[in-house]
Amino acid sequence: MKKKISPMTRKSFVTYGLLVLAFIAVEILLNTGNISSMMKGLLVPICVYSILAVSLNLTVGILGELSLGQAGFMCIGAYSSAIFSNMVKETITEPMIRFPLAILVGGIFAAIFGLLIGIPVLRLRGDYLAIVTLAFGEIIKNVFAALYIGYDSAGLHISLKSQGDLKLAADGKMVINGALGISGTPNDSTFEIAAVILLITVIIAYNFVNSRTGRAVMSIRDNRIAAESVGLNITKYKLITFGLTAFLAGIAGVLYSHNFYSLQASKFDYNMSILVLVFVVLGGIGSIRGSIIAASVLTLLPELLRSVNKYRMLMYAIVLIVMMICTSNATIRGFFVRNAQKFISLFKKNKAQPEAVKEGE
Amino acid sequence: MALLDVKKLGISFGGLRAVDEFSIRIGKGELYGLIGPNGAGKTTVFNLLTGVYKPTDGTITLDGKDITGMNTMQINRQGIARTFQNIRLFHNLSVIDNVKVGLHNNYKYSTGTGIFRLPGYFKTEKKMNEKALELLSVFDLEKDAYLPASGLPYGKQRKLEIARALATEPKLLLLDEPAAGMNPNETAELMNTIRAVRDNFDMTVLLIEHDMSLVSGICEKLSVLNFGQLLCQGKTADVLSDPEVITAYLGE
Repeated sequence: MKKKISPMTRKSFVTYGLLVLAFIAVEILLNTGNISSMMKGLLVPICVYSILAVSLNLTVGILGELSLGQAGFMCIGAYSSAIFSNMVKETITEPMIRFPLAILVGGIFAAIFGLLIGIPVLRLRGDYLAIVTLAFGEIIKNVFAALYIGYDSAGLHISLKSQGDLKLAADGKMVINGALGISGTPNDSTFEIAAVILLITVIIAYNFVNSRTGRAVMSIRDNRIAAESVGLNITKYKLITFGLTAFLAGIAGVLYSHNFYSLQASKFDYNMSILVLVFVVLGGIGSIRGSIIAASVLTLLPELLRSVNKYRMLMYAIVLIVMMICTSNATIRGFFVRNAQKFISLFKKNKAQPEAVKEGE
Repeated sequence: MALLDVKKLGISFGGLRAVDEFSIRIGKGELYGLIGPNGAGKTTVFNLLTGVYKPTDGTITLDGKDITGMNTMQINRQGIARTFQNIRLFHNLSVIDNVKVGLHNNYKYSTGTGIFRLPGYFKTEKKMNEKALELLSVFDLEKDAYLPASGLPYGKQRKLEIARALATEPKLLLLDEPAAGMNPNETAELMNTIRAVRDNFDMTVLLIEHDMSLVSGICEKLSVLNFGQLLCQGKTADVLSDPEVITAYLGE
């Protein structure tokens, strides 16, 4: 038998290629100065939201469980890494060393919390899981909003009451100032770093899905009872997926917090979680490429529609509805797929298209 | 020594005694049938054997080891695999991936190896692919390997379920109504497949079936269940000629 590239491998490499092309295109626009400053400011958020959407897609699309706690994990990543960066910014002045460390700190902290929360929460299914993860996200946000952290020569001081309660020495510095949040975080995230991390996230996501673990997770989604009957440890694979989702969301949080000089916990409210879920649903549940496209389009859209300011939200809503219909309605999607196939077959004459496996990405 | 030795197995759901004092001994390499009218408790027996339900009394011994009270996952790892009356495939996965999920516990590499594509990934995946295709070819499914499982016709879905169960390398294979919904030709083909599975894989098979042609055609021994209790047990020919069985099950 001839050695064939599996449809999944092809799909993932097309996505990597598209990402690299998009990156090159943006870089050209940046270097020739053909991009507005507003758009420039959106580049990092686009990457952040794409990473969030891809990571949530692992839980929603691959594991098949609805989680609304994405903003909470992002918050943990953002805060833990911002504390780290603030503390070491005098000792490690080189951002190329400091930032990767901050990314690891943020990701690992978020993953630890993801696993801790996952152990009790993943016993629930469906709507109940959504409600509980939503609550956990809110708890995380509110705890950070009430947290005061400072440091001096004696070490870290933590309080949940007020700034004065920290009893910092004269040389002490505030890191988190309650609801006022963190300020003074070094602006280490650049579009280039964010894009590289997005690419790594996508590679991790595809490799995860196309591995032994990913297959196990998808089999649990498709039929839990059958998955148990072939000897799979359901809890273990749910936790692995949840932990990986939290890890990637934490990294997105790191990029996010290092993009702003100051950051408040109130940014990570449930609107953020819902927004990420909207990206996942619009991009097609289980479709990693779709998540990135949806996140990018919906982040850019309000900006692109600035010229028709009056009708901006109206257009936004129309685009949402059209995208929803196109991705979820089988008849309409089939119409596009058929025409795309006809279009492709014009180039590849007399070559029967092998029927591709439709998988959860 | 019997491969499977079940003694006085029983379960109650509230006041209902679904299975009572069920005992069975299956020797290695036997093709054993479990028959009985609808609602007799046959599938409940399967669910007890595979740990879906915990028995209220009795013991289950597999290959000399007490497996009573273990959960489904543990029992599968001890060596019992099953198929389901209502087919339970992983619909969105391809045919070959369904079998590869079955191979999960026998071909291992860590999640990290998978994500970072370390050499172990390629080596193990290659072995898994070969083994999966080999299993599929036993069931004449290797041509459909890359189709989604939901796209297979009914008869092939049943076969794929058996292939997936065999992939876990069980000692005992439980088949729950393998011929349900099949036409006579498909049933005849299935009989050959089951026989081939027993001979090629050195497998012990316990099956539930309503199709008498299949039961009398391939089963060496039978147990008859009625209202949760054993009615009769023994060689197929003896059981099927037992007047009590004929009254209870085959009709007067």
